[in-house]
Amino acid sequence: MNYSGLKVIWEGLTGNKGWKPMWRDPVPKPEYDVIIIGGGGHGLSTAHYLAKNHGITNVAVLEKGYLGSGNIGRNTTIVRANYVLPGNSEFYSHSLKLWEGLEADLNYNVMHSQRGLINLFHSDGQRDAFVRRGNSMINQGDDAILLDREGVRRHLPYLDFDNTRFPIYGGLLHPRGGTARHDAVAWGYARAADQRGVDLIQNCEVTGIDITDGKVTGVQTSRGAIRAKKVAMIVAGRSSQVAAMAGMRLPIESHVLQAFVTEGLKPVIDHVVSFGMGHFYISQSDKGGLVFGGDLDFYSSYAARGNLPMVEHVMEAGMTLMPMIGKAKVLRSWGGIMDMSPDGSPIIDKAHIDGLYVNCGWNYGGFKAVPASGYATAHLLATGTPHETAASFRLDRFRTGRGIMDEEGTGSQHNLH
Amino acid sequence: MRITCPLCGTRDRREFTWQGDALAIHRPARDAGPEAWDNYIHLRENPAGKTRDLWYHDPCGTWAVAERDTVTHAVHSTTLVTEVPR
Repeated sequence: MNYSGLKVIWEGLTGNKGWKPMWRDPVPKPEYDVIIIGGGGHGLSTAHYLAKNHGITNVAVLEKGYLGSGNIGRNTTIVRANYVLPGNSEFYSHSLKLWEGLEADLNYNVMHSQRGLINLFHSDGQRDAFVRRGNSMINQGDDAILLDREGVRRHLPYLDFDNTRFPIYGGLLHPRGGTARHDAVAWGYARAADQRGVDLIQNCEVTGIDITDGKVTGVQTSRGAIRAKKVAMIVAGRSSQVAAMAGMRLPIESHVLQAFVTEGLKPVIDHVVSFGMGHFYISQSDKGGLVFGGDLDFYSSYAARGNLPMVEHVMEAGMTLMPMIGKAKVLRSWGGIMDMSPDGSPIIDKAHIDGLYVNCGWNYGGFKAVPASGYATAHLLATGTPHETAASFRLDRFRTGRGIMDEEGTGSQHNLH
Repeated sequence: MRITCPLCGTRDRREFTWQGDALAIHRPARDAGPEAWDNYIHLRENPAGKTRDLWYHDPCGTWAVAERDTVTHAVHSTTLVTEVPR
C-alpha cells in the first residue's frame, strides 16, 4: 500500500476502513542469508538498505521486544552533521543527505524538520573552537553560519542575555540541522524493508550464536534455532550481552543518559539549541512538548532511569539559559542505555568470527546516524568491504591504537565521553 | 543512589566520582603485551546485573570497590581498595 495525500482524503471520507497493518507478522523460516539481531533504528535501516541497494531480501530482523522499543523510541530526535574529524565528518554528512531524501525513499512521513541547530558559545576560546568546527563543516560540504550576540538574539530572543556569569557571545548555526519524529523513522524503515520481503520477527530473543570452526552458522532464539550465513549484531546498549554469546568482549560500557519532556505548549522554541556552559540542549516537538536532555550520569547502568544529580544539573542549566522554561511542567523523564566506546566514535566492522558483524558504539549520538549506519552496515554485509563513509569505524582501532577518533579531544578511555 | 563510604558511612551519590570498572586495580605487568593491555584498558564485561566498580569519595579521598547492580542501582557492599585481594 502506497501512502499519498489522496489516500488520506479517500480514507477520511470512507470511514478509515481501508488501512492495513504496515508490515507482516511472519513465522521465522529455518534459514536466512542474513540475520540482523536487533529491531531498532540501525537494524531496520540495515535491513532496508540490504534489500534496496543490494537486492538481498532473504533477511530476518530479530527483535526481543517490539520494533523500535529501544533507543529509537526514546531519544531527543536531533539530526545534525557538525562533526570535525575525518572519518566522522563524511559519515554524518552522508547521513544528513540520506535524511533529506528519506521520506521519498521510504514513502513515509518521518517529519524531518530542518529547523536549524544553534550551539551557543560563552567565551573567546569557545568561539574559536566553534569557528574551527564551522570551517570543518563547510569543508565537508555542509553548512555553518557563525552568529554574533545580536545574531543569536534575532533567532532566540527569549534567552537570558543579561546573565553575567555565562554571557552569550554568539552561536554556530547549522541551518540543515533539526529534528525528526523518532518512532516514525523506525516504522518507516520497517515498512519499507517488509515490502521488499524482509521478515521482521518480534518477540524473538536471541539466546545463543552458533559458531562452527570459526564460522557463524545461525542463532538460537526463544522461537527456535534459525540458520544463517551472516549474522549482524546491532543492539546498541545490549551489545556486550549479545557479543558474549559469541565469546567476545567489546570495548563498550553501557551508561545511562537522561532526557525530559514537558507538557505540550504553544510554539515557543523554533530551533534546536544547546547551551555551551553546562550540558543542556532543547527543542520543541510537534506535539508542543519541550524535549531536553543533558549529559551522562557517569556510571555504568542498564536501569533505563537515572539519578537526581543530573536531573538537577539539567534543570539548572535550562533555567540559566532560558528562565522562561521555569513555567513549564516536566511531564516525564527517561534514561536510555548508551553503548559508550572509549573514543566516543562508533564501530561498524566484521568480527574475528567469519560471518559475524558488529555495529555498536553509538554513544549518545545514534539517532542522526540511523540512515548512514544502516547504509554502511548493509554495504559491509553485502560486499565484505567497508563503505567509504564508514571506513574508519574499525573494531581493532583500540587494540592497535591506529585510527582513534576522539571527537571531543578528551582521551581514548572509558568514562571520558 | 546512596553509596557507603567505608570510612564515612552512607553518603549521597553526589559526593562520589565513578572511576570505572574494578578491573582497573588489576593492572597488567609492563611487558604483558598488547593483548593484555587491550583487555585492561578497552575491553569490558559490561554486565547487566551484578558488577564491581570503583568509586572515589571526593570529600575524604577514599577509593572504594562497590558491589552493585547495574539494573536496579542497588549498592550491595563497598570495600576499601587497599583491602581488596589482588
